Amino acid sequence: MTLKLDELAARACGWLRESGEVSDIVISSRIRLARNLADFPFIRRCTDQDRAGVEKACHQAIAQVEKWRDLIYVDVSTLAVLDRQFLVERQLISRELAEANGARSVAIEPHETFSLMMNEEDHLRLQVIQAGLNLQSAWERINEIDNELDSRLNYAFHERLGFLTACPTNVGTGMRVSVMLHLPALVLTQEIEKAFRSLQKIGLAVRGLYGEGSQAMGDFYQISNQITLGRSEEDLIKQVSDVIPRIIEYERQARAFLVKESRKDLHDRVSRAYGILCTAQTISSEETLHLLSSVRMGVNLGLIQDLDISAINRLFIHTQPAHLQKIRGGQLETADRNVERAIYLRSHLRRPGATESAN
Amino acid sequence: MKCQQCEKPATFHITELTGESPVEHHLCETCAKTYLQENDSSSPPAPTLSGVLAKQLKLGQAAEELARLDQRACPVCGISFHEFRTKGRLGCPHDYTFFERELMPLIMNIHGETKHVGKRARHSEVSLDEETDVIRLRREMDEAKGKEDYERAAEIRDTIRKIEQKKKPPAQAPDSPDKP
Repeated sequence: MTLKLDELAARACGWLRESGEVSDIVISSRIRLARNLADFPFIRRCTDQDRAGVEKACHQAIAQVEKWRDLIYVDVSTLAVLDRQFLVERQLISRELAEANGARSVAIEPHETFSLMMNEEDHLRLQVIQAGLNLQSAWERINEIDNELDSRLNYAFHERLGFLTACPTNVGTGMRVSVMLHLPALVLTQEIEKAFRSLQKIGLAVRGLYGEGSQAMGDFYQISNQITLGRSEEDLIKQVSDVIPRIIEYERQARAFLVKESRKDLHDRVSRAYGILCTAQTISSEETLHLLSSVRMGVNLGLIQDLDISAINRLFIHTQPAHLQKIRGGQLETADRNVERAIYLRSHLRRPGATESAN
Repeated sequence: MKCQQCEKPATFHITELTGESPVEHHLCETCAKTYLQENDSSSPPAPTLSGVLAKQLKLGQAAEELARLDQRACPVCGISFHEFRTKGRLGCPHDYTFFERELMPLIMNIHGETKHVGKRARHSEVSLDEETDVIRLRREMDEAKGKEDYERAAEIRDTIRKIEQKKKPPAQAPDSPDKP
Protein backbone atom coordinates (compact mmCIF):
# COMPACT_ATOMS: atom_id res chain seq x y z
CA MET A 1 0.00 0.00 0.00
CA THR A 2 2.72 2.44 1.00
CA LEU A 3 4.34 1.61 -2.31
CA LYS A 4 1.23 2.64 -4.20
CA LEU A 5 0.94 5.87 -2.22
CA ASP A 6 4.59 6.62 -2.98
CA GLU A 7 3.81 6.27 -6.68
CA LEU A 8 1.07 8.88 -6.26
CA ALA A 9 3.46 11.20 -4.44
CA ALA A 10 5.80 11.38 -7.40
CA ARG A 11 3.22 12.86 -9.73
CA ALA A 12 0.89 15.84 -9.86
CA CYS A 13 -2.71 15.47 -8.72
CA GLY A 14 -5.13 14.82 -11.55
CA TRP A 15 -7.24 17.76 -10.46
CA LEU A 16 -4.27 20.13 -10.63
CA ARG A 17 -3.63 19.56 -14.31
CA GLU A 18 -4.37 22.81 -16.07
CA SER A 19 -7.19 22.42 -18.52
CA GLY A 20 -9.30 24.81 -20.55
CA GLU A 21 -9.18 28.53 -21.18
CA VAL A 22 -10.15 29.51 -17.63
CA SER A 23 -7.41 27.42 -16.03
CA ASP A 24 -5.70 30.61 -14.82
CA ILE A 25 -8.58 30.97 -12.33
CA VAL A 26 -10.52 27.70 -12.13
CA ILE A 27 -8.53 24.88 -10.55
CA SER A 28 -10.96 22.00 -10.23
CA SER A 29 -14.57 20.84 -10.16
CA ARG A 30 -15.73 18.41 -7.50
CA ILE A 31 -19.01 16.67 -6.69
CA ARG A 32 -19.65 14.49 -3.69
CA LEU A 33 -22.66 12.36 -2.78
CA ALA A 34 -23.52 11.28 0.77
CA ARG A 35 -25.15 7.84 1.00
CA ASN A 36 -26.12 5.56 3.88
CA LEU A 37 -27.14 1.93 4.13
CA ALA A 38 -30.70 1.39 5.32
CA ASP A 39 -29.91 -1.54 7.60
CA PHE A 40 -27.24 0.10 9.76
CA PRO A 41 -27.42 2.99 12.22
CA PHE A 42 -25.75 6.24 11.16
CA ILE A 43 -22.08 6.54 12.14
CA ARG A 44 -22.73 8.24 15.48
CA ARG A 45 -24.72 5.26 16.77
CA CYS A 46 -22.58 2.56 15.14
CA THR A 47 -20.95 -0.08 17.35
CA ASP A 48 -17.54 -1.38 16.27
CA GLN A 49 -19.38 -4.34 14.74
CA ASP A 50 -21.70 -2.01 12.82
CA ARG A 51 -18.75 -0.06 11.41
CA ALA A 52 -17.08 -3.29 10.33
CA GLY A 53 -20.38 -4.43 8.81
CA VAL A 54 -20.81 -1.22 6.82
CA GLU A 55 -17.25 -1.43 5.56
CA LYS A 56 -17.63 -5.06 4.55
CA ALA A 57 -20.92 -4.46 2.72
CA CYS A 58 -19.43 -1.54 0.81
CA HIS A 59 -16.21 -3.41 -0.03
CA GLN A 60 -18.19 -6.35 -1.37
CA ALA A 61 -20.34 -4.10 -3.53
CA ILE A 62 -17.30 -2.26 -4.89
CA ALA A 63 -15.46 -5.53 -5.60
CA GLN A 64 -18.36 -6.72 -7.75
CA VAL A 65 -17.93 -3.92 -10.27
CA GLU A 66 -15.77 -5.33 -13.04
CA LYS A 67 -14.39 -2.00 -14.28
CA TRP A 68 -13.24 -1.09 -10.74
CA ARG A 69 -10.82 -4.01 -10.47
CA ASP A 70 -7.81 -1.68 -10.26
CA LEU A 71 -9.10 0.57 -7.45
CA ILE A 72 -6.58 1.14 -4.65
CA TYR A 73 -8.02 0.17 -1.25
CA VAL A 74 -6.60 1.98 1.74
CA ASP A 75 -7.48 1.00 5.30
CA VAL A 76 -7.36 4.44 6.88
CA SER A 77 -7.63 3.13 10.45
CA THR A 78 -4.23 1.40 10.25
CA LEU A 79 -2.57 4.01 8.05
CA ALA A 80 0.37 6.05 9.37
CA VAL A 81 -0.47 9.67 10.28
CA LEU A 82 1.83 10.94 7.54
CA ASP A 83 0.06 8.88 4.87
CA ARG A 84 -3.35 10.05 6.08
CA GLN A 85 -2.26 13.65 5.86
CA PHE A 86 -0.86 12.94 2.41
CA LEU A 87 -4.29 11.73 1.21
CA VAL A 88 -5.94 14.81 2.71
CA GLU A 89 -3.50 17.10 0.89
CA ARG A 90 -4.39 15.37 -2.39
CA GLN A 91 -8.11 15.77 -1.52
CA LEU A 92 -8.64 12.01 -1.83
CA ILE A 93 -10.01 11.80 1.71
CA SER A 94 -11.54 14.38 4.01
CA ARG A 95 -9.92 15.64 7.17
CA GLU A 96 -12.81 14.08 9.06
CA LEU A 97 -12.03 10.60 7.71
CA ALA A 98 -8.32 11.06 8.45
CA GLU A 99 -8.93 12.07 12.06
CA ALA A 100 -11.83 9.75 13.01
CA ASN A 101 -11.57 6.55 15.05
CA GLY A 102 -12.67 3.03 14.22
CA ALA A 103 -13.01 1.05 11.01
CA ARG A 104 -12.87 3.34 7.99
CA SER A 105 -11.35 3.16 4.54
CA VAL A 106 -11.19 4.62 1.06
CA ALA A 107 -11.12 3.15 -2.45
CA ILE A 108 -9.19 5.34 -4.87
CA GLU A 109 -9.32 5.22 -8.66
CA PRO A 110 -5.67 4.96 -9.80
CA HIS A 111 -5.83 8.20 -11.81
CA GLU A 112 -7.35 9.89 -8.76
CA THR A 113 -10.48 10.93 -10.65
CA PHE A 114 -12.72 9.53 -7.94
CA SER A 115 -12.59 8.14 -4.42
CA LEU A 116 -15.12 6.27 -2.28
CA MET A 117 -14.88 6.97 1.44
CA MET A 118 -16.38 4.47 3.87
CA ASN A 119 -17.47 5.37 7.42
CA GLU A 120 -16.96 9.10 7.15
CA GLU A 121 -19.80 11.26 8.51
CA ASP A 122 -22.06 9.05 6.39
CA HIS A 123 -21.53 5.38 5.52
CA LEU A 124 -20.46 6.32 2.02
CA ARG A 125 -19.09 9.51 0.59
CA LEU A 126 -18.50 9.30 -3.14
CA GLN A 127 -16.49 12.04 -4.78
CA VAL A 128 -15.37 12.90 -8.28
CA ILE A 129 -12.71 15.56 -8.87
CA GLN A 130 -11.77 16.87 -12.29
CA ALA A 131 -9.40 19.59 -13.43
CA GLY A 132 -10.90 22.83 -14.71
CA LEU A 133 -14.55 23.82 -14.99
CA ASN A 134 -16.22 20.49 -15.67
CA LEU A 135 -19.28 20.07 -13.48
CA GLN A 136 -21.48 18.43 -16.09
CA SER A 137 -19.03 15.63 -16.82
CA ALA A 138 -18.30 15.26 -13.10
CA TRP A 139 -22.04 14.76 -12.53
CA GLU A 140 -22.31 12.15 -15.30
CA ARG A 141 -19.39 10.30 -13.79
CA ILE A 142 -20.58 10.33 -10.20
CA ASN A 143 -24.14 9.45 -11.21
CA GLU A 144 -22.81 6.36 -12.95
CA ILE A 145 -20.68 5.42 -9.90
CA ASP A 146 -23.70 5.93 -7.66
CA ASN A 147 -25.86 3.70 -9.89
CA GLU A 148 -23.30 0.90 -9.70
CA LEU A 149 -23.42 1.00 -5.91
CA ASP A 150 -27.19 1.54 -5.70
CA SER A 151 -27.78 -1.67 -7.63
CA ARG A 152 -25.71 -3.61 -5.08
CA LEU A 153 -26.53 -1.90 -1.76
CA ASN A 154 -29.69 -0.94 0.12
CA TYR A 155 -29.47 2.84 0.33
CA ALA A 156 -31.47 4.61 3.03
CA PHE A 157 -34.02 6.43 0.89
CA HIS A 158 -37.15 8.21 2.10
CA GLU A 159 -40.16 8.62 -0.16
CA ARG A 160 -40.49 12.35 0.54
CA LEU A 161 -37.05 13.38 1.85
CA GLY A 162 -34.85 11.50 -0.61
CA PHE A 163 -31.46 10.16 0.44
CA LEU A 164 -31.20 10.17 4.24
CA THR A 165 -28.02 11.51 5.82
CA ALA A 166 -26.59 11.68 9.33
CA CYS A 167 -26.88 15.47 9.27
CA PRO A 168 -30.15 17.05 8.08
CA THR A 169 -28.15 19.68 6.19
CA ASN A 170 -27.26 17.03 3.57
CA VAL A 171 -30.63 15.29 3.20
CA GLY A 172 -32.34 14.99 -0.20
CA THR A 173 -29.76 14.77 -2.96
CA GLY A 174 -26.89 14.37 -0.49
CA MET A 175 -24.94 16.33 -3.06
CA ARG A 176 -22.27 18.99 -2.66
CA VAL A 177 -21.04 20.60 -5.88
CA SER A 178 -17.92 22.70 -5.59
CA VAL A 179 -15.56 24.59 -7.83
CA MET A 180 -12.11 25.61 -6.63
CA LEU A 181 -10.93 29.02 -7.77
CA HIS A 182 -7.68 30.95 -7.47
CA LEU A 183 -8.64 34.57 -6.64
CA PRO A 184 -5.47 36.48 -5.72
CA ALA A 185 -6.49 39.81 -7.30
CA LEU A 186 -9.83 39.91 -5.46
CA VAL A 187 -7.93 39.32 -2.23
CA LEU A 188 -5.37 42.00 -3.08
CA THR A 189 -8.02 44.59 -3.97
CA GLN A 190 -9.96 43.62 -0.82
CA GLU A 191 -13.10 42.90 -2.78
CA ILE A 192 -13.21 39.25 -1.86
CA GLU A 193 -15.40 39.70 1.25
CA LYS A 194 -17.93 41.58 -0.77
CA ALA A 195 -17.99 38.89 -3.44
CA PHE A 196 -18.53 36.22 -0.82
CA ARG A 197 -21.37 38.07 0.84
CA SER A 198 -23.08 38.21 -2.54
CA LEU A 199 -22.61 34.48 -2.98
CA GLN A 200 -24.04 33.75 0.46
CA LYS A 201 -27.10 35.82 -0.37
CA ILE A 202 -27.91 33.49 -3.24
CA GLY A 203 -27.42 30.37 -1.12
CA LEU A 204 -23.85 29.44 -2.01
CA ALA A 205 -21.12 28.65 0.48
CA VAL A 206 -17.46 29.64 0.30
CA ARG A 207 -14.74 27.52 1.87
CA GLY A 208 -10.97 27.39 1.88
CA LEU A 209 -8.62 24.98 0.11
CA TYR A 210 -9.40 21.95 2.28
CA GLY A 211 -13.11 22.44 2.82
CA GLU A 212 -15.14 23.18 5.88
CA GLY A 213 -13.44 25.37 8.42
CA SER A 214 -10.14 25.54 6.59
CA GLN A 215 -8.34 28.82 6.02
CA ALA A 216 -8.27 30.23 2.53
CA MET A 217 -4.67 29.25 1.94
CA GLY A 218 -2.88 30.57 -1.11
CA ASP A 219 -5.98 32.53 -2.18
CA PHE A 220 -7.77 29.30 -3.14
CA TYR A 221 -11.49 29.22 -2.51
CA GLN A 222 -14.18 26.60 -3.03
CA ILE A 223 -17.64 27.73 -3.99
CA SER A 224 -20.43 25.25 -3.37
CA ASN A 225 -24.19 24.79 -2.92
CA GLN A 226 -25.56 25.25 0.58
CA ILE A 227 -28.90 23.45 0.29
CA THR A 228 -29.37 19.85 -0.85
CA LEU A 229 -33.15 19.34 -0.67
CA GLY A 230 -35.98 20.47 -2.93
CA ARG A 231 -33.90 20.99 -6.05
CA SER A 232 -32.75 18.42 -8.57
CA GLU A 233 -29.08 17.58 -9.00
CA GLU A 234 -29.09 19.34 -12.38
CA ASP A 235 -30.57 22.47 -10.78
CA LEU A 236 -27.96 22.53 -8.03
CA ILE A 237 -25.18 22.13 -10.60
CA LYS A 238 -26.65 24.92 -12.68
CA GLN A 239 -26.84 27.20 -9.65
CA VAL A 240 -23.10 26.83 -9.07
CA SER A 241 -22.15 26.77 -12.78
CA ASP A 242 -24.06 29.99 -13.48
CA VAL A 243 -22.19 32.03 -10.92
CA ILE A 244 -18.65 30.86 -11.78
CA PRO A 245 -18.28 32.93 -15.00
CA ARG A 246 -19.27 36.02 -13.00
CA ILE A 247 -16.59 35.37 -10.39
CA ILE A 248 -14.04 34.70 -13.13
CA GLU A 249 -14.99 37.99 -14.78
CA TYR A 250 -14.77 39.77 -11.44
CA GLU A 251 -11.29 38.35 -10.77
CA ARG A 252 -10.20 39.29 -14.31
CA GLN A 253 -11.43 42.85 -13.77
CA ALA A 254 -9.49 43.04 -10.52
CA ARG A 255 -6.35 41.75 -12.29
CA ALA A 256 -6.81 44.24 -15.14
CA PHE A 257 -7.28 47.00 -12.59
CA LEU A 258 -4.07 46.06 -10.78
CA VAL A 259 -2.11 45.91 -14.04
CA LYS A 260 -3.49 49.26 -15.18
CA GLU A 261 -3.39 51.21 -11.94
CA SER A 262 -0.36 49.76 -10.22
CA ARG A 263 1.60 47.66 -12.64
CA LYS A 264 4.92 48.57 -11.04
CA ASP A 265 3.75 47.63 -7.53
CA LEU A 266 2.26 44.42 -8.79
CA HIS A 267 5.38 43.50 -10.77
CA ASP A 268 7.48 44.28 -7.73
CA ARG A 269 5.28 42.15 -5.47
CA VAL A 270 5.30 39.19 -7.85
CA SER A 271 9.07 39.42 -8.45
CA ARG A 272 9.83 39.63 -4.73
CA ALA A 273 7.70 36.58 -4.09
CA TYR A 274 9.58 34.73 -6.83
CA GLY A 275 12.89 35.96 -5.42
CA ILE A 276 12.13 34.68 -1.91
CA LEU A 277 10.98 31.29 -3.18
CA CYS A 278 14.19 30.97 -5.26
CA THR A 279 16.56 31.93 -2.49
CA ALA A 280 15.05 31.23 0.94
CA GLN A 281 16.98 28.87 3.21
CA THR A 282 14.04 27.96 5.43
CA ILE A 283 10.36 28.51 4.70
CA SER A 284 7.00 27.45 6.20
CA SER A 285 4.20 25.94 4.13
CA GLU A 286 1.93 28.95 4.84
CA GLU A 287 4.51 31.40 3.50
CA THR A 288 5.15 29.14 0.53
CA LEU A 289 1.45 29.03 -0.37
CA HIS A 290 1.18 32.77 0.02
CA LEU A 291 4.18 33.48 -2.22
CA LEU A 292 3.34 30.81 -4.79
CA SER A 293 -0.06 32.46 -5.12
CA SER A 294 1.61 35.76 -6.15
CA VAL A 295 3.95 33.95 -8.52
CA ARG A 296 1.05 32.02 -10.06
CA MET A 297 -0.77 35.27 -10.80
CA GLY A 298 2.49 36.77 -12.11
CA VAL A 299 2.92 33.91 -14.57
CA ASN A 300 -0.71 34.19 -15.69
CA LEU A 301 -0.35 37.93 -16.27
CA GLY A 302 2.91 37.52 -18.18
CA LEU A 303 4.95 39.32 -15.51
CA ILE A 304 7.08 36.20 -15.06
CA GLN A 305 7.97 34.54 -18.32
CA ASP A 306 10.44 31.77 -17.57
CA LEU A 307 8.10 29.55 -15.55
CA ASP A 308 5.19 27.50 -16.73
CA ILE A 309 1.98 27.26 -14.82
CA SER A 310 2.02 23.47 -14.45
CA ALA A 311 5.34 23.67 -12.59
CA ILE A 312 3.79 26.16 -10.17
CA ASN A 313 0.66 24.05 -9.74
CA ARG A 314 2.81 21.06 -8.84
CA LEU A 315 4.74 23.09 -6.26
CA PHE A 316 1.50 24.01 -4.46
CA ILE A 317 0.97 20.34 -3.66
CA HIS A 318 4.53 19.08 -3.38
CA THR A 319 5.53 21.67 -0.78
CA GLN A 320 2.67 20.70 1.58
CA PRO A 321 4.01 19.02 4.75
CA ALA A 322 3.08 15.40 4.06
CA HIS A 323 4.03 15.53 0.38
CA LEU A 324 7.38 17.07 1.18
CA GLN A 325 8.11 14.36 3.74
CA LYS A 326 7.10 11.59 1.38
CA ILE A 327 9.20 13.02 -1.44
CA ARG A 328 12.16 13.48 0.92
CA GLY A 329 11.70 9.95 2.15
CA GLY A 330 10.59 10.17 5.77
CA GLN A 331 9.26 11.92 8.82
CA LEU A 332 10.73 15.36 9.53
CA GLU A 333 10.31 17.88 12.37
CA THR A 334 8.82 21.26 11.40
CA ALA A 335 12.19 23.05 11.45
CA ASP A 336 13.85 20.42 9.24
CA ARG A 337 10.83 20.41 6.98
CA ASN A 338 11.16 24.17 6.45
CA VAL A 339 14.78 23.71 5.42
CA GLU A 340 13.90 20.82 3.10
CA ARG A 341 11.06 22.85 1.62
CA ALA A 342 13.44 25.71 0.81
CA ILE A 343 15.88 23.27 -0.83
CA TYR A 344 13.06 21.72 -2.84
CA LEU A 345 11.81 25.13 -4.00
CA ARG A 346 15.31 26.33 -4.94
CA SER A 347 16.02 23.21 -6.97
CA HIS A 348 12.70 23.45 -8.83
CA LEU A 349 12.57 27.18 -9.45
CA ARG A 350 16.12 28.24 -10.04
CA ARG A 351 17.38 27.69 -13.54
CA PRO A 352 20.28 29.37 -15.31
CA GLY A 353 19.17 32.92 -16.04
CA ALA A 354 15.95 32.55 -14.10
CA THR A 355 16.77 35.17 -11.50
CA GLU A 356 17.77 37.82 -14.08
CA SER A 357 14.53 37.68 -16.02
CA ALA A 358 12.54 37.80 -12.83
CA ASN A 359 13.79 41.31 -12.18
CA MET B 1 -11.58 58.20 -10.66
CA LYS B 2 -13.78 60.10 -8.19
CA CYS B 3 -16.11 58.47 -5.67
CA GLN B 4 -19.65 58.32 -6.98
CA GLN B 5 -21.01 59.78 -3.74
CA CYS B 6 -18.44 62.42 -2.75
CA GLU B 7 -15.36 64.23 -4.05
CA LYS B 8 -12.72 61.87 -2.68
CA PRO B 9 -10.83 59.50 -4.99
CA ALA B 10 -12.54 56.11 -5.47
CA THR B 11 -10.42 53.35 -3.99
CA PHE B 12 -13.15 50.68 -3.71
CA HIS B 13 -14.55 49.15 -6.86
CA ILE B 14 -17.52 46.98 -6.00
CA THR B 15 -19.41 44.77 -8.42
CA GLU B 16 -22.85 43.76 -7.17
CA LEU B 17 -23.56 40.25 -8.44
CA THR B 18 -26.91 39.55 -6.81
CA GLY B 19 -29.21 41.35 -9.24
CA GLU B 20 -30.18 40.46 -12.78
CA SER B 21 -26.93 41.86 -14.16
CA PRO B 22 -23.78 42.99 -12.35
CA VAL B 23 -23.79 46.61 -11.12
CA GLU B 24 -20.53 48.45 -10.51
CA HIS B 25 -19.92 50.97 -7.74
CA HIS B 26 -16.84 53.16 -7.45
CA LEU B 27 -16.51 54.57 -3.95
CA CYS B 28 -14.04 56.08 -1.52
CA GLU B 29 -13.20 54.15 1.62
CA THR B 30 -15.76 55.96 3.84
CA CYS B 31 -18.65 55.64 1.39
CA ALA B 32 -17.70 52.02 0.65
CA LYS B 33 -17.88 51.13 4.33
CA THR B 34 -21.33 52.66 4.65
CA TYR B 35 -22.44 50.89 1.49
CA LEU B 36 -21.17 47.50 2.64
CA GLN B 37 -22.75 47.87 6.08
CA GLU B 38 -26.11 48.82 4.59
CA ASN B 39 -26.01 45.83 2.31
CA ASP B 40 -25.05 43.64 5.19
CA SER B 41 -27.94 44.34 7.49
CA SER B 42 -30.47 43.48 4.78
CA SER B 43 -29.01 40.04 4.27
CA PRO B 44 -28.76 37.71 7.22
CA PRO B 45 -26.07 35.09 6.72
CA ALA B 46 -27.14 31.64 5.54
CA PRO B 47 -28.63 29.58 8.38
CA THR B 48 -26.34 27.14 10.13
CA LEU B 49 -27.59 24.00 11.83
CA SER B 50 -26.77 25.21 15.35
CA GLY B 51 -28.30 28.62 14.61
CA VAL B 52 -31.52 27.07 13.34
CA LEU B 53 -31.67 24.70 16.30
CA ALA B 54 -31.22 27.55 18.75
CA LYS B 55 -33.85 29.63 16.98
CA GLN B 56 -36.32 26.78 16.90
CA LEU B 57 -35.95 26.29 20.62
CA LYS B 58 -36.56 29.94 21.37
CA LEU B 59 -39.86 29.75 19.52
CA GLY B 60 -42.05 29.38 22.57
CA GLN B 61 -41.18 25.87 23.61
CA ALA B 62 -41.74 25.78 27.34
CA ALA B 63 -39.00 24.29 29.46
CA GLU B 64 -41.02 21.23 30.47
CA GLU B 65 -42.12 20.66 26.93
CA LEU B 66 -38.53 20.75 25.78
CA ALA B 67 -37.46 18.43 28.59
CA ARG B 68 -40.16 15.96 27.58
CA LEU B 69 -39.15 16.22 23.94
CA ASP B 70 -35.50 15.67 24.85
CA GLN B 71 -36.40 12.42 26.61
CA ARG B 72 -38.02 10.89 23.55
CA ALA B 73 -35.75 8.22 22.12
CA CYS B 74 -35.91 6.51 18.73
CA PRO B 75 -37.05 2.88 19.19
CA VAL B 76 -34.70 1.73 16.42
CA CYS B 77 -31.34 3.26 17.31
CA GLY B 78 -32.03 4.61 20.80
CA ILE B 79 -30.83 8.16 20.17
CA SER B 80 -32.67 10.80 22.24
CA PHE B 81 -33.71 14.11 20.75
CA HIS B 82 -31.45 15.73 23.31
CA GLU B 83 -28.44 13.90 21.92
CA PHE B 84 -29.29 14.98 18.37
CA ARG B 85 -29.84 18.55 19.54
CA THR B 86 -26.45 18.73 21.23
CA LYS B 87 -24.39 16.78 18.67
CA GLY B 88 -26.18 17.75 15.46
CA ARG B 89 -26.08 14.22 14.00
CA LEU B 90 -28.94 11.73 13.78
CA GLY B 91 -28.66 8.08 14.84
CA CYS B 92 -30.38 6.12 12.07
CA PRO B 93 -32.66 6.48 9.02
CA HIS B 94 -35.76 5.88 11.18
CA ASP B 95 -35.10 9.12 13.12
CA TYR B 96 -36.47 11.06 10.14
CA THR B 97 -39.81 9.29 10.72
CA PHE B 98 -39.77 9.13 14.51
CA PHE B 99 -38.77 12.79 15.05
CA GLU B 100 -40.64 14.01 12.00
CA ARG B 101 -42.65 16.65 13.85
CA GLU B 102 -39.49 18.19 15.34
CA LEU B 103 -37.29 17.79 12.28
CA MET B 104 -39.60 19.20 9.61
CA PRO B 105 -39.46 22.85 10.75
CA LEU B 106 -35.69 22.48 11.05
CA ILE B 107 -35.39 21.05 7.53
CA MET B 108 -37.66 23.79 6.20
CA ASN B 109 -35.39 26.37 7.83
CA ILE B 110 -32.24 24.91 6.33
CA HIS B 111 -33.41 24.06 2.83
CA GLY B 112 -36.55 26.13 2.32
CA GLU B 113 -38.21 22.93 1.08
CA THR B 114 -39.34 19.63 2.56
CA LYS B 115 -39.71 17.53 -0.56
CA HIS B 116 -36.94 15.81 -2.51
CA VAL B 117 -37.19 16.26 -6.27
CA GLY B 118 -33.91 14.76 -7.53
CA LYS B 119 -32.61 11.30 -8.25
CA ARG B 120 -34.33 8.33 -6.59
CA ALA B 121 -32.81 5.15 -5.20
CA ARG B 122 -33.37 1.92 -7.10
CA HIS B 123 -35.40 0.26 -4.38
CA SER B 124 -37.31 3.38 -3.34
CA GLU B 125 -40.59 1.45 -3.38
CA VAL B 126 -39.38 -0.80 -0.52
CA SER B 127 -40.58 0.46 2.84
CA LEU B 128 -37.81 2.00 4.88
CA ASP B 129 -39.35 0.70 8.14
CA GLU B 130 -38.81 -2.85 7.03
CA GLU B 131 -35.14 -2.16 6.41
CA THR B 132 -34.46 -0.31 9.65
CA ASP B 133 -35.95 -3.26 11.59
CA VAL B 134 -32.56 -4.94 11.35
CA ILE B 135 -30.94 -2.05 13.20
CA ARG B 136 -33.39 -2.46 16.11
CA LEU B 137 -32.96 -6.23 16.16
CA ARG B 138 -29.17 -6.02 16.25
CA ARG B 139 -29.41 -3.64 19.18
CA GLU B 140 -31.81 -5.97 20.99
CA MET B 141 -29.43 -8.86 20.31
CA ASP B 142 -26.55 -6.95 21.91
CA GLU B 143 -28.76 -6.13 24.90
CA ALA B 144 -29.74 -9.80 25.28
CA LYS B 145 -26.06 -10.77 25.18
CA GLY B 146 -25.36 -8.12 27.81
CA LYS B 147 -27.96 -9.78 30.07
CA GLU B 148 -26.42 -13.18 29.25
CA ASP B 149 -29.73 -14.27 27.73
CA TYR B 150 -27.98 -16.21 24.97
CA GLU B 151 -31.08 -18.11 23.96
CA ARG B 152 -32.92 -14.87 23.17
CA ALA B 153 -29.79 -13.50 21.41
CA ALA B 154 -29.62 -16.59 19.19
CA GLU B 155 -33.31 -16.24 18.32
CA ILE B 156 -32.84 -12.64 17.28
CA ARG B 157 -29.73 -13.57 15.29
CA ASP B 158 -31.77 -16.10 13.30
CA THR B 159 -34.48 -13.53 12.65
CA ILE B 160 -31.85 -11.05 11.39
CA ARG B 161 -30.37 -13.71 9.09
CA LYS B 162 -33.78 -14.46 7.62
CA ILE B 163 -34.47 -10.80 6.92
CA GLU B 164 -31.02 -10.29 5.41
CA GLN B 165 -31.43 -13.30 3.12
CA LYS B 166 -34.81 -12.02 1.94
CA LYS B 167 -33.52 -8.51 1.35
CA LYS B 168 -30.33 -9.40 -0.54
CA PRO B 169 -30.22 -7.01 -3.52
CA PRO B 170 -30.45 -8.79 -6.86
CA ALA B 171 -26.71 -8.36 -7.36
CA GLN B 172 -24.29 -10.96 -8.61
CA ALA B 173 -22.17 -12.97 -6.23
CA PRO B 174 -18.58 -11.67 -5.92
CA ASP B 175 -17.22 -14.67 -7.83
CA SER B 176 -19.42 -14.12 -10.88
CA PRO B 177 -18.40 -10.73 -12.26
CA ASP B 178 -21.07 -8.69 -13.96
CA LYS B 179 -21.03 -7.98 -17.65
CA PRO B 180 -19.35 -4.73 -18.63
